[in-house]
Amino acid sequence: MAPEVNEIKTAHHLYAVEMIDITKRFPGVLANDRVTLRVKAGEIHAIVGENGAGKSTLMNQLYGLYHPDSGEIRIFGEQKRFHGPRDAIRAGIGMVHQHFMLVDTLTVAENVVLGSEPVKGLNFDLNRAREEVRKLSEAYGLYVDIDAKIEDIPVGMQQRVEIIKTLYRGANIIILDEPTAVLTPQEVEELFEIMRNLKKSGKTILFISHKLNEVMEISDRITVMRGGRVTAELITKETNEREIARAMVGRDVVLKLDKPPHKAKDVVLEVRNLWVKDNRHLNAVRGVSFQVRAGEVVGIAGVAGNGQTELVEAITGLRKVENGEIIFLGKNVAGAHPRQLREMGMSHIAEDRLKYALIKPFPAYYNAILGRHYKTPFASGAFLNHREIKRFTAELMEEFDVRPRIIEHLGGNFSGGNQQKLVVGREIKAHPKFMVVAQPTRGLDVGAIEFIHRQILRMREQDVAILLISMELEEIFSLSDRILVMYEGQIMGEVRPEETTVEEVGLMMAGKRLEEIRGGKK
Amino acid sequence: MRKVLESILVPVLAVLIALLISAFVIVAIGKNPLQAYAVLVRGAFGSKQAIIDTLIKTTPLILTGLAVGFGFRAGVFNIGAEGQMAMGALIAASIASNFGNIPPVVAIPLTLVIGMGAGAGWAAIAGFLKAKTGAHEVVTTIMLNWITTFVASFMVTGPLATGSGTPKSPEIAASAQLPILMKVGAMELSAGIIISLLAAVFMYVFLNKTTVGYEVKAVGFNPYAAEYGGISVSKNVVLAMAISGALAGLAGVTELMGVHHRFLGELSGGKGFDGISIALIGQNNPIGIIFAALLIGALRTGSNEMQFLGVSKYIVIIVQGIVIFLVAADRIVRTIYLRKKVKS
Ligand SMILES: Nc1ncnc2c1ncn2[C@@H]1O[C@H](COP(=O)(O)OP(=O)(O)OP(=O)(O)O)[C@@H](O)[C@H]1O
Ligand SMILES: [Mg+2]
Repeated sequence: MAPEVNEIKTAHHLYAVEMIDITKRFPGVLANDRVTLRVKAGEIHAIVGENGAGKSTLMNQLYGLYHPDSGEIRIFGEQKRFHGPRDAIRAGIGMVHQHFMLVDTLTVAENVVLGSEPVKGLNFDLNRAREEVRKLSEAYGLYVDIDAKIEDIPVGMQQRVEIIKTLYRGANIIILDEPTAVLTPQEVEELFEIMRNLKKSGKTILFISHKLNEVMEISDRITVMRGGRVTAELITKETNEREIARAMVGRDVVLKLDKPPHKAKDVVLEVRNLWVKDNRHLNAVRGVSFQVRAGEVVGIAGVAGNGQTELVEAITGLRKVENGEIIFLGKNVAGAHPRQLREMGMSHIAEDRLKYALIKPFPAYYNAILGRHYKTPFASGAFLNHREIKRFTAELMEEFDVRPRIIEHLGGNFSGGNQQKLVVGREIKAHPKFMVVAQPTRGLDVGAIEFIHRQILRMREQDVAILLISMELEEIFSLSDRILVMYEGQIMGEVRPEETTVEEVGLMMAGKRLEEIRGGKK
Repeated sequence: MRKVLESILVPVLAVLIALLISAFVIVAIGKNPLQAYAVLVRGAFGSKQAIIDTLIKTTPLILTGLAVGFGFRAGVFNIGAEGQMAMGALIAASIASNFGNIPPVVAIPLTLVIGMGAGAGWAAIAGFLKAKTGAHEVVTTIMLNWITTFVASFMVTGPLATGSGTPKSPEIAASAQLPILMKVGAMELSAGIIISLLAAVFMYVFLNKTTVGYEVKAVGFNPYAAEYGGISVSKNVVLAMAISGALAGLAGVTELMGVHHRFLGELSGGKGFDGISIALIGQNNPIGIIFAALLIGALRTGSNEMQFLGVSKYIVIIVQGIVIFLVAADRIVRTIYLRKKVKS
């Protein structure tokens, strides 16, 4: 019988992570329902599933943030009970969260060592910290600017800092919760290269994504979740996107959007020679001009960090305008307060929903009225009208399929995708004349993306003027009537989606002007 | 419901643990803790006079607790309740001593409003500095406290000075004094206790039922999202400080109108700072604050009695300190509680 015992043992070591029969309940929600996940050592294991399927919850338990109500966790065959992330880290687990957890005002090196700082005598040894960060960064091709402050570096780099941080703490098993949601296609490729390097050096990676093409490209095996349960375990080489999607949503998904022709009407928003500075007081938007008409979608494409964020913040009243005009409904509103703009009929789906669009400790029914909380029917005089607020929230959650359908659920307790649906619903239901839509489908599952896209087109048909900012070229192409490409704070050219190619837009995104490209062809 | 239970559980548990630990201290000094606590309770609630004394001590504590608690809910840390309280009393005292010809129906509300206004204005300076320059309110309110100290002692030794002995202001007009609800011996319970309870109701309604309360909370939780939602952060920071200061000013002016009837040249003797502890113990909840203030008020009153037993009244400072420590270290209590749940 001895050989068999031996076999069992090696079989155990085959798996870096085993989560067996995990159940986790939140008030009113069964987030994980007897979930079993097995991850082989040294593989890249993808976890996919709709918004709210329970992916983050499952990972948070593996990382010791939540405790399973029942079930068992084994790491390399050894049963573990984590009382907090510290225990998980000690067991060699690292996690990069869906929403980063870095300290904005500290440098890259300081952030990496935070919590386990090297010391010299009684003092923090910055030089050693920098040296160790540099070594890790070189070993895995994780390029970072060691002395830059977090608030000054792009998201892609922030993410690399998070990964270095897990490595610094000795992680063998790295959880990446929707790492690609915030990245440009270029950055995604870089991330995949890093993941391959990590895999080569024997690390095990758990990878969550809504993008099936990414999952097909990078993973070895896939676990599919739906409604808190595991619905399929697939080997990437032996499956296809269609099969995964079916396991995810329980039906076939058709991702075909038809955009009926629609005539643009009067100019609603006009930006004239706009200049805006970023947090470092450098010019981020440098002399941008364009118009958005009622009933059209104007898409702004561009690699992240080329002034789109600052442009949006200036238009929506959140950032100071240095120079130029923003004419909204015939009135110069440069420097106007967001309330004034909202009063005039502007809506804004913010790119960074946790920073701007959502108040985490507020229940859904307070988040659902942000921006209109002082107006009828949500207020009568100085008092909030709770009955109407709650009725409206229930309606919104039904209409935009925000799950769980609990109006008292706190904003911060919804899954990423459901937070976004709540925000999108709120901004659409304000019945705007003009809507700024920034990264509307970041972190959303295929079904939800389709839904939001349809909503945007419906708004267009109702003659709302829409400014869409997105890093997803596909999204820009399928929704926009006109596409503007931004590079280093300037507009490289304007094209119509049916008259251009992804290549042409790509060239503009890299800094070539349209005239140069088209002129060069002749 | 479970949340409500939990939020009561923590402070109650904290008080019990604190009494237990202090019991050991009492044993260590060779006394009987049960006897000491019995005297403590008797001293605080054992007679009509004791109860009145406790309520008199509780009144300003409720108000400063509300002041600080309101600030916390709005995302500002008002450490200057002490100074705002004194400012409220000082300004009201200097004006209300001339109210001799005004009937009480006008004089009382007017004096209350003056006291609240003085506290509000004084605190609003810190709010304004925060909104415009980013100067942290902890620093500026402490600075304002010091300014108050010097202004107050200048006023009672100079322009307002009256009589001899300890520096003090003249008495306020009788018509501006709060009516007495109950009198036992020399103990007079004024309507101040009712004012403080009304203030708690105000805070509850304001924060939970009004649009401005919504805005103030939004700014406290997430200023970025508030601004995005069209809520002016700077306006609300000033407003939050002003309301917090008004509550502290009210504490000062009710003391003036209900207890001393004159300004006694010094700050409130720590009641403003007690407000911080009380807000913490009461978890920034108006009802919680009422009970926390009653707890501290009762401990203070009862401890005098305990002295006669040979147990130093500073025992109650130990109790108070441990309670605050435990409530502030709420997370510790919570994790223990959570772990128990996981294990079971
Ligand atoms: N702390 C919490 N308190 C209450 N409910 C929670 C909490 N965290 C998650 N939930 C609920 O548990 C369910 C699963 O959420 P989870 O975040 O795991 O989903 P997800 O699969 O990561 O979704 P997404 O793709 O949108 O990020 C959701 O219904 C969510 O609202
Ligand atoms: Mg998630």
